[in-house]
Amino acid sequence: MTPLLEMTAIDKAFSGVSALVQSRLEVRPGEVHALIGQNGAGKSTLIKILTGAYRRDGGSVIFDGAPVNFSSPRQSQDAGIATIYQELNLVPLRTVTENVMLGYEPRRWGGFIDWRRAHRRTREILDGFGVNVDVRAPLERCSTAIQQLVAIARAVSINARLVIMDEPTSSLDDREVDVLFGVIDRLRRNGVSVLYVSHFLDELFRISDRVTIMRDGRTVGCRPIAETSKLELIADMLGRDAEEIRSAGMTGFGGVHAASGERLLAVEGAATLNRLKDFSMDLRRGEIVGLGGLLGSGRTEAAKALFGVDRLTAGSITLKGARVSWMSPRQAISAGLGFLTEDRKSEGIIPDLSLRENLTLAMLPKISRRGRIRHDEERRLVERFIRELDIKAAHMDQPVRELSGGNQQKVLLARWLALEPELLILDEPTRGVDVGAKAEIQRIIRDHVEQDISVLLISSEFEELVEGADRIFLLHDGRTTSTLRNPGVTEDMLIGAVAHNANEASVQDGQ
Amino acid sequence: MRAQGEAIRDMVGSLLRRAKGRGPFRHGGLVALVILLAFNALVTPNFLQLQTLFVNVSQVATIAIVALGMTLVIATAGIDLSVGAVMALAGATAPLIFMSAFGQAYPVTGLVLAFVVPLIVAAACGLFNGLIVSVLGVQPIVATLILFISGRGLAQLLTNGNLQTFSNPAFSYLGAGKILGLPFQGWLALALAGSIFWLVNRTAFGRCILAIGGNERAAMLAGMPIRSVKIGVYMICAVLSGIAGLIVVAINSASDAARNGNLMELDAIAAAVVGGALLQGGRAPVFGALVGAVIIQLVRYTLLANGVEDEVALIAKALIIVLAVYVQQARKE
Repeated sequence: MTPLLEMTAIDKAFSGVSALVQSRLEVRPGEVHALIGQNGAGKSTLIKILTGAYRRDGGSVIFDGAPVNFSSPRQSQDAGIATIYQELNLVPLRTVTENVMLGYEPRRWGGFIDWRRAHRRTREILDGFGVNVDVRAPLERCSTAIQQLVAIARAVSINARLVIMDEPTSSLDDREVDVLFGVIDRLRRNGVSVLYVSHFLDELFRISDRVTIMRDGRTVGCRPIAETSKLELIADMLGRDAEEIRSAGMTGFGGVHAASGERLLAVEGAATLNRLKDFSMDLRRGEIVGLGGLLGSGRTEAAKALFGVDRLTAGSITLKGARVSWMSPRQAISAGLGFLTEDRKSEGIIPDLSLRENLTLAMLPKISRRGRIRHDEERRLVERFIRELDIKAAHMDQPVRELSGGNQQKVLLARWLALEPELLILDEPTRGVDVGAKAEIQRIIRDHVEQDISVLLISSEFEELVEGADRIFLLHDGRTTSTLRNPGVTEDMLIGAVAHNANEASVQDGQ
Repeated sequence: MRAQGEAIRDMVGSLLRRAKGRGPFRHGGLVALVILLAFNALVTPNFLQLQTLFVNVSQVATIAIVALGMTLVIATAGIDLSVGAVMALAGATAPLIFMSAFGQAYPVTGLVLAFVVPLIVAAACGLFNGLIVSVLGVQPIVATLILFISGRGLAQLLTNGNLQTFSNPAFSYLGAGKILGLPFQGWLALALAGSIFWLVNRTAFGRCILAIGGNERAAMLAGMPIRSVKIGVYMICAVLSGIAGLIVVAINSASDAARNGNLMELDAIAAAVVGGALLQGGRAPVFGALVGAVIIQLVRYTLLANGVEDEVALIAKALIIVLAVYVQQARKE
C-alpha cells in the first residue's frame, strides 16, 4: 500500500542545536498512527515541519503521492492536513455550525450564507460521529470533548486526508475519551488517517494501528501496535533494553528508611484540582529527594501544590513540624522555599529585564531598605553569582533574553540560590541546556546541598534522578506509587519501577 | 520603475534596521522632536520667542503629568481610560472646598484642603480601578471604562453642571505662577518626572512594575505582590491625573466639569506610546513620556500657529501615533 504521508531524513536545527536528525515518519491511508517520545524527543518539531509552521533543513516530505513543501499551516490545511491542537482554535461564543463551517459556509444567491444548509450539513457530520448536539448553541456551552469533536468535524468538513491530534485526551474524562475514540474509529473507516500524539500509552493500544517512537530527535522505531508491548515502547522511548528493564523492575523496591537529618517537609495525601490525586512524600534536611514518573504523572503539579500555586483540596503539608497552607508563592518563599520552574520562558525569565534584575527578582525585599533597592549590594551579589556559577554574559545589565538557554537557566538557579532557601524545588533543572551547562548546573546543585539546602528534584531523566537523589518517589496518575532509596538504585531499577507502575495501572483499568 | 521600488524598500529597510540598533534612531521620539522644532523654527512665525515657550510649557505640563501615570499603568500591561474623568472630578472638588462657607471662614485651611481632598478623591478612584483590575481580574480597558463614564458624570453632579468661576490667587499659582520665569506647572511636571523615574529605577516597587508587565506569571512565581503593585500603579496614575485636573482649574480660574480633561486619556496614551511605552507592558520610559507629551503639544501648536483647524490637528496627531507605533513594532522584531 502506498503511504499517504512519507517524511524521510528530516533534519532541523535551532540556532545550531539539532532538534531532528534524519527522522522519518510514514502514515498509511486509513491508519491511526501514534507518535510517542519523551519531552524534547522532537515530536512537535516534526509535526510543525509537516504542517509548515517550521521549515526543514533537510529531507523530503511526500504527501498523497507528491513531494510537498508547505511554507505555512494554511497551505498544509488546503492540501488536506488538519491539526487539532491542545488549545483548540475555535470561536467559543459562536454556534457549533459557525465553528464547523467557518470560512467554508455554503452560499446562496447574492453571496449570503445559506444557514439552513449550513446547519443541516453540520448536523449530518456530527450525527456521523454519533454526536447529538444543538448545532445552533454557542460552542462554549458544549463540553471540552464536544468542542474537540467540533474541531475534528471542521477538519473533516474541509476534506482532510490526515488529521493530527496533539494530546487530544489530556483534558477529557473517561466517557468523553470513549466518544472521541468512536469518532477516530469512524475516521479510519472512512479512509482518513490520524496521526495521534499522546503520552498515555494505554490509549495507544486501544486505538492505534502502528506507532512511531522518537528519542533525541531521531526516529528509533516504528512498530505495529499489535506486535509490541508497553514495556517495549517504554524501553524504546528511554533507549534501554526491554529484557533488562523487566528483570530490574522486579527487584529493589525500597520501603521506609530512617534518614539522618531532621524531617523538614512531610506531605500526606495531597490533592489539587490540577491532576494531583494522592501525593505523599517526606524530605529531611540536607537531603535530595527525587520525583520521578512518566510525562503527565503529576510531578510538576506536585511541585505547584507545594509552592502555593495550586490550592490543596485534600491532604496536608507539614513544614518543620507545623502544618502550612499557602495562598501564594509569596508565602511559600517567605517560609523558606524556592521553585525553579520547568518552563523557563513562560514561568521563569522576564525577557526584557537585565540579567541583574532577573537574578535578584525573588530577593528584592532582602536587598532593599524601606522600598529602595540598595544597588551596591545588588551589584555585589550579582557579581558573586556570575562568578560562582560562571554565567556567560557581556555584562550584568545585558537583557536576559540575549543569553543562551544554559546561561538563562543559571540566572534562574542563582535567583533561588541567592535567597538561601531551606528547600529548593527544581523542576527539570537541566532541560533544554547543552551538555556542558548541564554538568555545571548539576555540580552547582550538589555544592549547595552541602551548604545545607534541601532539594526536591523533578526530572524525566532517569540518570539525573539516580545519580542525584538520595531517595526517589515515583508518581503515576497523580499518586505516589513507590519509593526507591540510594545507594543502590540503578537506572534500570528506576525504569523498571516506572514501567511496572504504568503496567499495574493499566491492568487495573482493564478490570 | 521596479528598480526604484527596490531602492525605496532598501532605504526603508535600512532605516528600520537602524531604528532597531542603538544610535539616534533608537529614540524615534527624540528624532521627531528635533524635526518638529526645526520645522517650526523655519516656518512658524515668532516661534523662537520666550512667549512661545511659556505657552507651550504651560500647556504641555498637564499632558506630561498624566502621561507619567499612564506610562506606569501601561508598564504593567494595563491601561487607564479614566484619567480625564478623574481630572474633572478632582478639578470640580477643589473650588467647592475653598468657595464653601468653611473655606471662606478659614482661608488657609480651606486652601490646603482644596489641594489635599481632590487628590484623596483621585486616589480613591485609582483604588477602585486597581481593585477591579487586580482582584476581580477585569481587563483594564473595561475596568477603567467604568470611571471614564461615571467619573465625569459625578463631577458634573457635584457642580450642578455649572461652570464655576472664582478668584483665588493662592490657588491659581498652580496654573499661573512662575519660577525663574517659567510656568510653575512646568517645574512641577519635571519634579514629578524625576520622582517617577526614581520610583521605577531605584525602588523594589518599580522593579515589580516592570516584572509584572514583562512576565506576570514569572513575577508571581518569584513571590511578587502582584495585586498590591497593580493597585498602587492605578492609584499613582489617578493622583497624577488629579494634580493635572487642579492645574487646569487653576489656569482657567474656573472649573468646567464637562471639559476639564476631556480626551486627556487619548493624549496621555499617545504621549506614553510615542515616548516608547509598549502596550504589552514591561517598559516604563519615564522621560520618553515627557518627550511624547511635548511632541503631542508641539504638533497641535504647529498646526494652530500655522492656521490649520483643530479638527485637522487631531488627524495629524493620529498620524504621529501610527508612526510611533510602527517604529516600535519594527524595533521589537
